[in-house]
Amino acid sequence: MYDDSSLPPADEVQTRFGIDRRDFLTFCAGIAATLGLPRAAEAQIASAIVSKERPSVIWLHHQECTGCTESLLRSEHPTLDKLILDIISLDYHETLFAAAGHQVEAARLAAMEKNKGKYLLVVEGAIPTKDGGIYCKIAGQTSLDLTRECAANAAAVLAIGSCASWGGMPSTPPNPTGSTGVGEALGRSDVVSIPGCPPNPYNFLATVVHFLTFGKLPDLDAKNRPLFAYGRLIHENCERRAHFDAGRFALEFGDEGHRKGYCLYKLGCKGPETHANCPIVLFGDVGMQSWPVGTGHPCIGCTEQGIGFAKPIYALADLKNQRPPVTYARAVEEQGGGATAASAGLVGALVGAAVGAGAMLTKKIRHDEDGQE
Amino acid sequence: MTIDRRNFLRAGLAGTAAAAACATLGAPPAEARENKTVPEQAVGLLYDSTLCIGCKACQSACKTANNLPLEDNIGGGLWDTPLDLSGKSYTVIKLYADGKMEHKDQVKDGFAFIKRQCLHCADPSCVSACPVQAMRKDPKLGIVTYNADACIGCRYCVAACPYGVPQFQYDTPTPRIAKCQLCHHLLAKGGIPACAGHCPTGATLFGTYEQLSAEIERRKAMTPGEINQFPRRTVDAGDPQERPAGQYTEQVYGAKELGGTQVRYLAGVPFDKFGLPTGLPERSYASRSETLQHSLYGHLAAPAVVLAGLVTAAWNGSKSHAGDEHDEDQHDGGRHD
Ligand code: SF4
Ligand code: SF4
Ligand code: SF4
Repeated sequence: MYDDSSLPPADEVQTRFGIDRRDFLTFCAGIAATLGLPRAAEAQIASAIVSKERPSVIWLHHQECTGCTESLLRSEHPTLDKLILDIISLDYHETLFAAAGHQVEAARLAAMEKNKGKYLLVVEGAIPTKDGGIYCKIAGQTSLDLTRECAANAAAVLAIGSCASWGGMPSTPPNPTGSTGVGEALGRSDVVSIPGCPPNPYNFLATVVHFLTFGKLPDLDAKNRPLFAYGRLIHENCERRAHFDAGRFALEFGDEGHRKGYCLYKLGCKGPETHANCPIVLFGDVGMQSWPVGTGHPCIGCTEQGIGFAKPIYALADLKNQRPPVTYARAVEEQGGGATAASAGLVGALVGAAVGAGAMLTKKIRHDEDGQE
Repeated sequence: MTIDRRNFLRAGLAGTAAAAACATLGAPPAEARENKTVPEQAVGLLYDSTLCIGCKACQSACKTANNLPLEDNIGGGLWDTPLDLSGKSYTVIKLYADGKMEHKDQVKDGFAFIKRQCLHCADPSCVSACPVQAMRKDPKLGIVTYNADACIGCRYCVAACPYGVPQFQYDTPTPRIAKCQLCHHLLAKGGIPACAGHCPTGATLFGTYEQLSAEIERRKAMTPGEINQFPRRTVDAGDPQERPAGQYTEQVYGAKELGGTQVRYLAGVPFDKFGLPTGLPERSYASRSETLQHSLYGHLAAPAVVLAGLVTAAWNGSKSHAGDEHDEDQHDGGRHD
């Protein structure tokens, strides 16, 4: 076990988070696992969550359905919602705020002033840019202006959901409002994106906790997605992958293969070209198979720009970095490149033996012939 | 004049040639025959390597449809991993791979798939070689079928097929020839070949020979990279997938090879990369060998010539026992092509 003497006593956790210490540590272990961190990290996380000041979070909503927020709230993991509210200090969030109007705008400005350079800006929803961005306004301000204003002094900007990440659904052609993601709208390349429709709440939470614990954001991929969550293709971790490899496909919804849980590739599964950890983290904390493919519907590629909301849902996926396995029969057998020393030695010995045997054979034949003549 | 074995054979051959010439000139139906062509209602497959993802659904569906056993070459008994066509596998997806295997349908540092199976030749060598008509070409659909009850196990078809398709089941006391028969048992019930029915991409497509010819034309006319529709299962099943067209090589494998085949291939890398015989003549081997045979045996000329040769030899032999024959003569061993 790790040293948890730095942690606050159980009753403090109990009062502040409303859960017992054991559940709290389980949660920290879960976050550490989601982040792919070593075991000792959960202690670090636990102590950061309880001892550090809760980071102030400003949460903006633009062109979206609020599904990201909803999924965050609907997490059934015990007391997760409580932890969300207790790990961070949510200083502005249109859906969750009890206050309204000028009051809430004033709270936002005050929080921004107070935590200048330290707060996290989370953006949910795409930002319309056409015609001066008039297609989405909050308190008289366009989304574009509001985001610019809030982003100026933020420690980090996080785009939650596919809409905020690259435009998502509102940006599908013909994209009448010219909507786009936060990074592009602001002209910034350092916006962390947590795409998904909705994204897994754990991925968001783990990113925030990482920031809190280590004072920096987690490693990102080329599209600014945290690698711990988006480093692998869905197809690589899918529970139906063995069916794919064995060539067993559901050919139509409701057919025998579909009922038997075969691979959904033919029905349009985008798993082979979509990066996300859905098959591992799952949704809604209800256990096995609680993710789209698990329930029998193909992955639609919602976390992948250019796939989700761009490619038709039932169109076939391209296989990304799926090089054929070594077990595949070669059309032409390879001549064998770099042989290892051991195999070269073995082959050498065999060749030697064969040459020797050949020489003997030739000799014998010659002898026989001589004898005959 | 003494006649040794070499001269005897020469005489025999000359006689044969003469007889053959007579037979061809003499014009009775015994005949230089042309390539046979595909029947009017012929059906077949189009395999498009640029669409194939190597998932082997075709392979697995084929095994199920034809009651074929698992062939495990990697151990563990879990995966069907045939390395080639065999007594247990009518079709096999094989891989062309080069270097880093980074790009599909690219020769250098690329990879590509090929689906090996019976090509259902328009003028099949296997049918021509089979002495008991166990291999037959269905006159209506043009499918090359195999009848195990008629088969005598001579394996002439195995030797005759230019594509190395028919396989003999060496590991059973009641062996058969294993070979794709285009799922004619499913066709009889109104179905389509299992491989085409299960291919998720349409890389293996079933249709009439004519439909598939038109489909090949259509694909060859596409601009590479441009989004196009590709039918799945059958040419007109109405279940197409949309994707950018591949860059096809010039050759359509099976369009002309030895008189053409009813299963044809399109690919993005040259066909010799797949270990398929390329540079095959357009005239079928079957038409050539049958012409020769029928000429030889036309009017029973050949036996007569041979008999004449024998009589001469015996006559000469009885006159002078010029004993020493030189059996080492290499040219008498029948190395003809
Ligand atoms: S294609 Fe989809 S359902 Fe099939 S194995 Fe990949 S991710 Fe799973
Ligand atoms: S490919 Fe071979 S087995 Fe098939 S029909 Fe042609 S000759 Fe016969
Ligand atoms: S089923 Fe289709 S895509 Fe899959 S390996 Fe066979 S031909 Fe290729």
